Amino acid sequence: MFENLPLIISRLAAGIPQTVIATVGGIVLTIVLASVAGLALLSRSRLVRTVSRTYVEVFRGTSEVVQLFWIFFVLPALVGYQIIPLAAGVLVLGLNHGAYGAEIVRGAVQSVPKAQYEGSLALSLSPRDRMLRVILPQALVEMLPPFNNLFIQLLKSTALLSLVVVNEVVRQGQLLVPNLGVGETLTIYLVELLIFLVLALMITAVMRALERRASARLGRTPAPRARRAAVGGVA
Amino acid sequence: MIVFDGVEKRFGDNVVLSDLDFTVAPGEHVTLIGPSGSGKTTILRLLMCLESVTEGTIRVAGRYLSHMEKGGRLVPADEKHSREVRKRIGMVFQQFNLFPNMTVRGNLIEAPTRVLGLSKDEANARAEELLEMVGLRERIDEHPSRLSGGQQQRVAIARALAMQPRVLLLDEVTSALDPELVAGVLALLKRIGETTDITILCVTHEMGFARDFSDRVMMFDGGQVIEDAAPAQLFAAPEHPRTKEFLKAVLERP
Amino acid sequence: MTVGWDWAYAIEILPALWQGLQVTLLATALGSLLAFALGLVFAVIRRSRVPVLDPIVRGFVELWRSTPLLVQAYLIYAVLPGVGITLSSLTAGVIALGLHYACYTSEVYRAGIDAVPRGQWEAASALSLPRHRVWLGVVLPQAVPRVLPALGNYVISMFKEVPLLLAIGLVEVITVANQITAQTFRPVEPLTMAGILFLLISYPASVLVRRLERRVGVI
Repeated sequence: MFENLPLIISRLAAGIPQTVIATVGGIVLTIVLASVAGLALLSRSRLVRTVSRTYVEVFRGTSEVVQLFWIFFVLPALVGYQIIPLAAGVLVLGLNHGAYGAEIVRGAVQSVPKAQYEGSLALSLSPRDRMLRVILPQALVEMLPPFNNLFIQLLKSTALLSLVVVNEVVRQGQLLVPNLGVGETLTIYLVELLIFLVLALMITAVMRALERRASARLGRTPAPRARRAAVGGVA
Repeated sequence: MIVFDGVEKRFGDNVVLSDLDFTVAPGEHVTLIGPSGSGKTTILRLLMCLESVTEGTIRVAGRYLSHMEKGGRLVPADEKHSREVRKRIGMVFQQFNLFPNMTVRGNLIEAPTRVLGLSKDEANARAEELLEMVGLRERIDEHPSRLSGGQQQRVAIARALAMQPRVLLLDEVTSALDPELVAGVLALLKRIGETTDITILCVTHEMGFARDFSDRVMMFDGGQVIEDAAPAQLFAAPEHPRTKEFLKAVLERP
Repeated sequence: MTVGWDWAYAIEILPALWQGLQVTLLATALGSLLAFALGLVFAVIRRSRVPVLDPIVRGFVELWRSTPLLVQAYLIYAVLPGVGITLSSLTAGVIALGLHYACYTSEVYRAGIDAVPRGQWEAASALSLPRHRVWLGVVLPQAVPRVLPALGNYVISMFKEVPLLLAIGLVEVITVANQITAQTFRPVEPLTMAGILFLLISYPASVLVRRLERRVGVI
């Protein structure tokens, strides 16, 4: 079962760069969309709220696989030219997880005590300063744990890109499977799981560090980590 | 009936009870009084096996509660043994702790059927009798959430009595009640004390009740018994300075 | 590939898509049952602190939750034949879904169990109730109703993840959509209709869950 281990590891590792690029790209796009859409959900303009709400519900309510195939098959034909599978993948990852992220942002901003908002009004801060200097820093600390979960979900979703011919870890594994016996198949999948586990731990490490810094800015120590909040289910 | 022998209870570095020796005779009514944190509730919790002793032994009705005899030696009791000995000890809690997912009837018959092996009919008969005694017979098929605090506590008392305990532990059973409901519960407890020969250990702040109800009052402070006497004597002429201090503060409450 | 919207075509393919959707719904239902049952077992093991099983369950749940469902599905489908068990795509898929989501539901159950007041455990102890009665008669009846909305949300999430099982050969709604696309070279209608079908089911379902949340009073 372990004879070909070095081969397996090196072949699978060859897929890591694409996995990482997809993850990082997806996270960046998620952050952008979540911020814009999240704040838009709180806008005073009904139109802005509706547009944002539609985006959120459509991308949350349809399956990520559907979105992936849709963008992969339909978009190139619509736009006229070919789109690299990886780019389509990052786009879907961002759009899908951005929708969930928007809800996180909205929830976090709304959870900042009203008194903070009123205090900054009393100080005559401009709306921009109010948001940037008072509300968002406090909301940020609330957001980091759920975003940690969301980014790990995103990492897991990069596996789906194997279905649209992106050469990330899982695809590398699938290419390898026909060449080796069944005993090795188990090893291949176990190594894949380990790779993802390590990447997930790295994401968590970064997020926890950010949490500590953001809390310190507010003069707090971060709350002891309740086992990742399962109630409400961001899945 | 109850024997505490050299009992010490530590929570980490915090010594809650130290070198505690006392005995309670069968049928005696003993009240434990003293400031919070003096260890009174811990004694009840030890008797209920909700905690275990750090050192020393506890015997109830001649059998070791905290330990069991294995091959001639004393070893800390396992859960089965504790449950066996504990069967004849009942407890009523400050927060009543009735099971909200069962009706009053359900609460009362659960343990007698599952633990004592009574048939449903026998358990129901006993439940009805006890509810009659506490004056809540008509509420038997309602859920606890429909009852007032005082009523819930009376059901809790009935639930404890349904097990026909030889020892009854009362942990500040009126402290969570609205003042006007307290009298009803205390009256019930007095009746139980007079009509049964259950050994009763009671932790309470109700000094009037302590005076009327108990054969003996034990004053606790710092994990030790600092005074142990009949209520008439302890309340009228306390000997220990801490007892005097405590009674003064408590009895002067408006 | 031809892009455009032909209503006639869109309606024509609906029955085929519906056939596929039924499989999707079936997989969701079966997977959810497995996830509910297994998750509860995990949670009770962890909360009862069973000596050997507890750390094993904990380690497994951590690993399984943090890794992709797709890889797990491949593993179950491809590896078990090696030990002589051949599974259909549906069976392997349901097991993969159930196992993966059991890791989420076990956390949900744990939160529910932790929300049951200590006094309930103590009163049950005081009555000398045997352990299985404490769990079945007192704790779980109080813990489970409270977490139903969270469980409901996971059912909806599972429903949306079923399509990835096409990778292990399950013929569900997206498989059908892709098959139709391969035949007609018109991808827009099949995939869009499939998306709409998902929305038609998952959106009302989330609204229902949110209403359930309000009735139950979220933890």
